[in-house]
Amino acid sequence: MYEFEFARPTSVAEAVQALGAEEAQALGGGQTLIPTLKQRLAMPSVLVSLTGIAEMTGITTTGDGAVEIGGATCHADVAKGAAAAYPALAALAGQIGDPAVRNRGTIGGSLANNDPAACYPAAALASGATIVTNVREIAADDYFQGMFTTALDEGEIITSVRFPVPQAANYQKFLQPASRFAMVGVFVAKFAEGVRVAVTGASEEGVFRWSEAEAALASSFSPDAIDGLTVAPDGMIGDIHGTRAYRAHLVGVMTKRAVAAAA
Amino acid sequence: MTKVTMTVNGKPMTGEVEGRTLLVSFLRETLGLTGTHVGCDTSQCGACVVHVDGAAVKACTMLALEAEGAEVATIEGQAEADGTLNAIQAAFQEHHGLQCGFCTPGMVMSAAALLKDNPKPTEQEVRHYLEGNLCRCTGYHNIVKAIMAASGQDVSAIAAE
Ligand SMILES: Cc1cc2nc3c(=O)[nH]c(=O)nc-3n(C[C@H](O)[C@H](O)[C@H](O)COP(=O)(O)OP(=O)(O)OC[C@H]3O[C@@H](n4cnc5c(N)ncnc54)[C@H](O)[C@@H]3O)c2cc1C
Ligand code: FES
Ligand code: FES
Repeated sequence: MYEFEFARPTSVAEAVQALGAEEAQALGGGQTLIPTLKQRLAMPSVLVSLTGIAEMTGITTTGDGAVEIGGATCHADVAKGAAAAYPALAALAGQIGDPAVRNRGTIGGSLANNDPAACYPAAALASGATIVTNVREIAADDYFQGMFTTALDEGEIITSVRFPVPQAANYQKFLQPASRFAMVGVFVAKFAEGVRVAVTGASEEGVFRWSEAEAALASSFSPDAIDGLTVAPDGMIGDIHGTRAYRAHLVGVMTKRAVAAAA
Repeated sequence: MTKVTMTVNGKPMTGEVEGRTLLVSFLRETLGLTGTHVGCDTSQCGACVVHVDGAAVKACTMLALEAEGAEVATIEGQAEADGTLNAIQAAFQEHHGLQCGFCTPGMVMSAAALLKDNPKPTEQEVRHYLEGNLCRCTGYHNIVKAIMAASGQDVSAIAAE
């Protein structure tokens, strides 16, 4: 790692100020950023830790029944703390990495990083979540802009994420056992207004909504509704762990399993 | 250099670190607590697992300054002051839960975190919890058996010696 200064503010306002410094970067749980720094792929002048900011941790239920999670809340806390209010989201958090990763990694860090195989992007997109930052609110549909790319501006902090709670939902993760990330993960969420299906791990464009499946499931929320629907292998990720065609096939399989588990 | 203070195995400890100093480097190099191992240095293997404020974390993927003011527990603090092994350590010895011993400090610390939350885990829960702890020697069976035994459960039916 190159040298850097370390700051640990206790309020969002102080963090925003610290992030105003040249080449400053936010530090969530460090589970992605610290390995990146070790490889000298980033060279911040100052790391601004967000985990000491009390107003950015914790889980609350808002007046309209949505679940709001502080941006610096670790995966283990979501797995426990959201279990009653939004079980599918809690179950997803409990499947990220391993216990030690879940005790450090944060929801804000995961969404800011937008790894194409990460789990939270699927939950945020399928739930139609709102990404709340220190300056604005961003709808999930506008937030994810391709692999490792988001609508966040430099120095912008995810202070919380607000999830509308679906009538039924489930996340199915096909584990890539070496990385512990998703080879393919599908989050299905059924709302009164319709069904949303978000797929992670599969596309070179990062997380995406599978609109054909959404339409089919809106008329019949059952695994059979997916029969005959396919995703084109073009644009899927192909690597030593799985070919494009394999991942395209898994999208259908995992969607069916998610619907079966949610229905 | 910045001053960092934390409680390590119940004792207050202070040292000078850089922003980039890892918690594991502080423990091993500054405090001389070399029981916490570095296997991969890429947050994969779990040889470096310690507890920070009661939660298992990979000390190779946390900065020392992030532990300012925290309670840190390492393998050195697991046995009694007179060297008597705790229940988990004794079970690892009894059930041959180690061969080269490189993964063992992380395994014991992960096991301690598991049993604190879930005092009577099933075999499947133990295996699942150890997802982030790699062992290149034992094939895991005896580690799982040792942890089951440490939780006070009958392990006579669990395969392999
Ligand atoms: C062994 C292992 C297995 C894993 N398995 C999975 C898995 O199965 N599924 C999965 O989804 N993830 C997995 N991860 C990734 C893990 O969830 C990370 O914790 C997560 O991707 C990054 O979160 P973090 O809090 O550690 O962020 P950091 O590493 O601290 O930061 C990542 C990036 O986000 C920025 N950032 C951090 N917080 C904020 C914020 N609040 N606002 C704005 N920007 C911010 C940082 O500047 C940095 O650019 C795994 C990681 C490891 C090491
Ligand atoms: S040395 Fe920390 S996880 Fe391997
Ligand atoms: S005993 Fe050798 S790595 Fe586990």
